[in-house]
Amino acid sequence: MQKNRIDRKFAELKKKNKKAFIAFITAGDPNLEITKQLILRLPAAGVDILELGAPFSDPLADGLTIQRASERALSQGVSLTKILDLLKRMKNEVRVPLVLLSYYNPIYKLGIKKFAKLASDAEVAGLIIPDLPLEESKELKKEMNKQGIDIIFLIAPTSTEKRIKAICKQSQGFIYYVSRTGITGVRKEMPKDIKENVHKIKDFSSKPVVVGFGISNPGQISRIKNMNVDGVVVGSAIVNVIEKNLRNKDLVREVEKFIFHLGHGHLGGV
Amino acid sequence: MMSMKKGYFGEFGGQFVPETLMTALGELEREYKRLKKDKDFQRKLAYYLREYVGRPTPLYFAERLSRKMGAKIYLKREDLCHTGAHKINNTLGQILLARRMGKQRIIAETGAGQHGVAVATAAAMFGLLCEVYMGEEDIRRQGLNVFRMKLLGTKVIPVSSGSKTLKDACNEAIRDWVTNVRTTYYLIGSVVGPHPYPMIVRDFQSLIGKEAKRQILKAEKRLPDYLIACIGGGSNSIGLFHPFFNHREVKFIGVEAGGLGIKTGKHAATLYQGEVGILHGSKSYLLQDKDGQVKIAHSLAPGLDYPGVGPEHSYYKRIGRCKYFSVTDKEALKAFEMLSQTEGIIPALESAHALAYLQKIDFNKDEIVIVCLSGRGDKDMNIISKIKNQKPKI
Repeated sequence: MQKNRIDRKFAELKKKNKKAFIAFITAGDPNLEITKQLILRLPAAGVDILELGAPFSDPLADGLTIQRASERALSQGVSLTKILDLLKRMKNEVRVPLVLLSYYNPIYKLGIKKFAKLASDAEVAGLIIPDLPLEESKELKKEMNKQGIDIIFLIAPTSTEKRIKAICKQSQGFIYYVSRTGITGVRKEMPKDIKENVHKIKDFSSKPVVVGFGISNPGQISRIKNMNVDGVVVGSAIVNVIEKNLRNKDLVREVEKFIFHLGHGHLGGV
Repeated sequence: MMSMKKGYFGEFGGQFVPETLMTALGELEREYKRLKKDKDFQRKLAYYLREYVGRPTPLYFAERLSRKMGAKIYLKREDLCHTGAHKINNTLGQILLARRMGKQRIIAETGAGQHGVAVATAAAMFGLLCEVYMGEEDIRRQGLNVFRMKLLGTKVIPVSSGSKTLKDACNEAIRDWVTNVRTTYYLIGSVVGPHPYPMIVRDFQSLIGKEAKRQILKAEKRLPDYLIACIGGGSNSIGLFHPFFNHREVKFIGVEAGGLGIKTGKHAATLYQGEVGILHGSKSYLLQDKDGQVKIAHSLAPGLDYPGVGPEHSYYKRIGRCKYFSVTDKEALKAFEMLSQTEGIIPALESAHALAYLQKIDFNKDEIVIVCLSGRGDKDMNIISKIKNQKPKI
């Protein structure tokens, strides 16, 4: 298994003077077959890194859009093991680093060692766990690192300088700056302190910093682009497109179109 | 107690929350530790507990019940607290804490509505803005408490996700807290959630056990043989048990909701049937499926209808300090009627679970038992009348 795929992706983008466009979708929404197609086709639409959310019964960091996506996936019987199994089967066809996002309980239930092994077999490049702060992550990080999988930590607007320093040190692949206090979901307004806080993070670390939560349109993306960040994450806006096209046979095409529209011309060209 | 990793009870507890909340939890812990030693704060809390809540609550020797059960049964009368349950002990303490921290807005989750009413009451008393999340199913079941909260000036926010009960109300309260963490105090109602909440709530509820200890020593000149309490999240039970922790001769019995019966899968017997997992910020026993998805709990008693449990209880289970059992909806209903007709006390359906377990123990007649009567049953009249298929005659 290749290590540091996320590092290499950022290095490659830097050379081209580009910023990373990171897309989030819930795995299994509306089913795993669609997820498979999205994984295969989104890179060509401009996705540099793909975040795959594992559904959870109690997604307490998520707004309604991703809560509903999670429910749709769970109603299909989608689980962490089924997702990892799909990724394992299609690993030779995947063109971008995959970052798995899961709440901690499904991982804990599976067993940390077993999960690390399965994630490695599935060639997962990185892992984000929204309800696992630095203090609780030691054991998991050790096991994931043994398998060459990055653990990506989040920094929030409320993080103290002491915490920012510690998280900068521990986060691998990139640092995920949460743009606002709150849950995921499309928002019109953008917090004013993003630039200042990203600047603070950059003071402590040379690792790539990406911004997510509430970012949903080309205007917001282009403003963030001017903030010395290395990438943006768009989640709920994409999941909204999936939700609107649940019965449309061209669902994947619609998502491609939306992502092309988001990224085109705003991230240094896709 | 043995020394433990910070924020943990043995292997249970911790802080499994989004990064956004970590700084707030740190502030809460610091402020709480400071106030714990602050004589002025403690005096104020003691004053309100005495003059406003009506503490100490009696430890009542239930004579007819004792004869029936063949042991000396004492009831710790938390049902006589202002607002009708033990919940106010904690909400008053935490409201004072929130005020010291300069928070103007209070949010909370509620199941049966007893915690919601207790928060609404304390918030009204101090003129703080208060919003309570409550599952739609619970709103339906506990209409009286919804009405009380509204009357007290609290906004009740219906939660329609998931099981529409306490678990989902917790999710929604946490989402609100993550969003408004700078201005808002999250007032958790049980010994659950991330550290320091399980410790704070336990400390504020521990006066149940401290009073009971003093009272039983006065009445019987010795410690009791059994302490029995119901367990949803586990606050009234920890409150009663904790001051007796080092008295190994005192047996602890925690009674969970067996719902329609353990075999049916429709229950809330988390400690009895669950496996270790992570929900709402802490590691503890949890009702979950093989994929780690949280199961929907079931109990006739809305205050017990929760798939998680406080981490300190998980620790008590692990070290064998407390034994945990369950009783079914039916058994609880029987005990509900039995206490009403034997002692003239209508218990909350939650507390009725603790009472129901009395019938399962083979007592010696000199044995002393304290049951925590955590709340009164007025709030349950709709549930009971529906079961009996008759309208309450008001």
